[in-house]
Amino acid sequence: MTNEGLQKCINGWFPEQEAGALEFTEEGSQFLNITVQPGQLHQLMWQLKSDSETHFDYLFCLSGVDWGEELGVVYHLESTTHRHIAVVKVKTGDREHPVLDSVCDIWATAEFHEREVFDFFGITFNNHPNLKRLFLTEDWVGFPLRKDYEDEVNMIIK
Amino acid sequence: MPMEITPTATDSFKSQEYFINMGPQHPATHGVLRLLLTIDGEIIKKVEPDLGYIHRSIEKMCERDSYQQIVHLTDRMDYLSSHINNEAVCLVVENALGLEVPERVKVIRTIIGELTRIASHCLWWGVMGMDLGAFTTFFLGFRDREMINDIFEETCGARLTMNYNVPGGLMLDIHPNFVNRVKKFVAHFKTKIPEYDELITGNIIFQKRTKGVGILSREDAISFGASGPVARASGYSCDVRKYHPYSALDKVTFTESLKTGGDTLARYEVRIREMWESLSIVEQLIDNIPEGDHRVSTNAVIKLPAGEYYQKVETARGELGVYVISSGTKSPYRLKFRSPGFSNLSVLNHIAVGSKIGDLVAIMATIDLVIPDIDR
Repeated sequence: MTNEGLQKCINGWFPEQEAGALEFTEEGSQFLNITVQPGQLHQLMWQLKSDSETHFDYLFCLSGVDWGEELGVVYHLESTTHRHIAVVKVKTGDREHPVLDSVCDIWATAEFHEREVFDFFGITFNNHPNLKRLFLTEDWVGFPLRKDYEDEVNMIIK
Repeated sequence: MPMEITPTATDSFKSQEYFINMGPQHPATHGVLRLLLTIDGEIIKKVEPDLGYIHRSIEKMCERDSYQQIVHLTDRMDYLSSHINNEAVCLVVENALGLEVPERVKVIRTIIGELTRIASHCLWWGVMGMDLGAFTTFFLGFRDREMINDIFEETCGARLTMNYNVPGGLMLDIHPNFVNRVKKFVAHFKTKIPEYDELITGNIIFQKRTKGVGILSREDAISFGASGPVARASGYSCDVRKYHPYSALDKVTFTESLKTGGDTLARYEVRIREMWESLSIVEQLIDNIPEGDHRVSTNAVIKLPAGEYYQKVETARGELGVYVISSGTKSPYRLKFRSPGFSNLSVLNHIAVGSKIGDLVAIMATIDLVIPDIDR
């Protein structure tokens, strides 16, 4: 499906009063980018996977990003039947206690990837079966991939 | 009076689950990976990987380094696919800048990339045999890989972490001996793969240890984000070289090796088949390396336009993704490596539950993990 087709199809799932919650853009990226509010994340993801028109069954990349004011997650999705790609972004302004919904129940690969994001960005995922640090030790203080992380001993800044 | 059986005595004969550690210093983990096994007798109930023993935080380092420097970090991830990792970063930079590299560069990149894949599979084959108790394979695999490493040494100046790619092309032109030596290797290796089959593939002990062990279904392969030979052995067609061809891969014909068994034997057969296909790709290109420059010049300081870029390549282990968010400065704002080993590792608990510890060694051998690729 083309990017326009995808956009039309996805907008059709949400009633009019909610439609404004999704933002679509292709600017500065080779894929269609969909920005979603945290509250609608799980519903949108479930639809993207289960709807036969979109059928995004392959989550090939899940990255945490620190945008400065906001923390968030970027999901790269591909359909193995239609071979189209879309990118879903979700952001939260709460840097103290960032919480998002887990998508583990939709794509099994998210379990490890979300643990990585929790480890390095400190984003908590609701309904994650085993959310704990993955690479770092349990007693590590802070979240190293955040932009405001400081470690005078181990970091060399030029 | 009959002896009274106390509850504790009967309890001691009941099965009991307990933990053991496999690794971090275990030969079958091929690096510093620690697996926490919950076992009942010899039956595995749960496998939980404990990662991070060699995590270097490459993604954080990328945020302060220039794009030329980042290329050098990538061959410390999956060191057996170092050339292909370098290529991924170079491609993402070239695409972002709209830089068209000469045909000669594309062809040489692809030839060396496929030789890298063969070298990686040779090592995998040798080590897999050794994990299952066949020591000879280790020497045979290394013997053939040595020829490829010698070719790399002559042309790239290094045998493992080659750093032959730079944004805009190749660091140096190929060595005058390159074409002849590659041809010699292709002719040599064609006689060796049948030898591999003779020694291991048909072996009855090997078949018994691998057939029906660690079955991964197609649906699970997709859901777990598996890629590379692990996914293709489950009948999931996912070769990045087919679906998103890069460099000179759109000019060659090859068959994606697919199997439907999803077991350890299928993963083994897919890799053996892939070595034949890689040989065929090298053969198609080696006589037709176009003349031209080996590099186009770029600015000494590369700044990518603000935006987001994504590039996938097929390493020997599967799909490597490079996701760059640029804010227009000399370093990426955020750079994420989607490494194939990380997603492939996540299937381990799913497919190993219910099998024996010995089977786990066979499963691990065919998932073909390289730990620095997981612990980026």
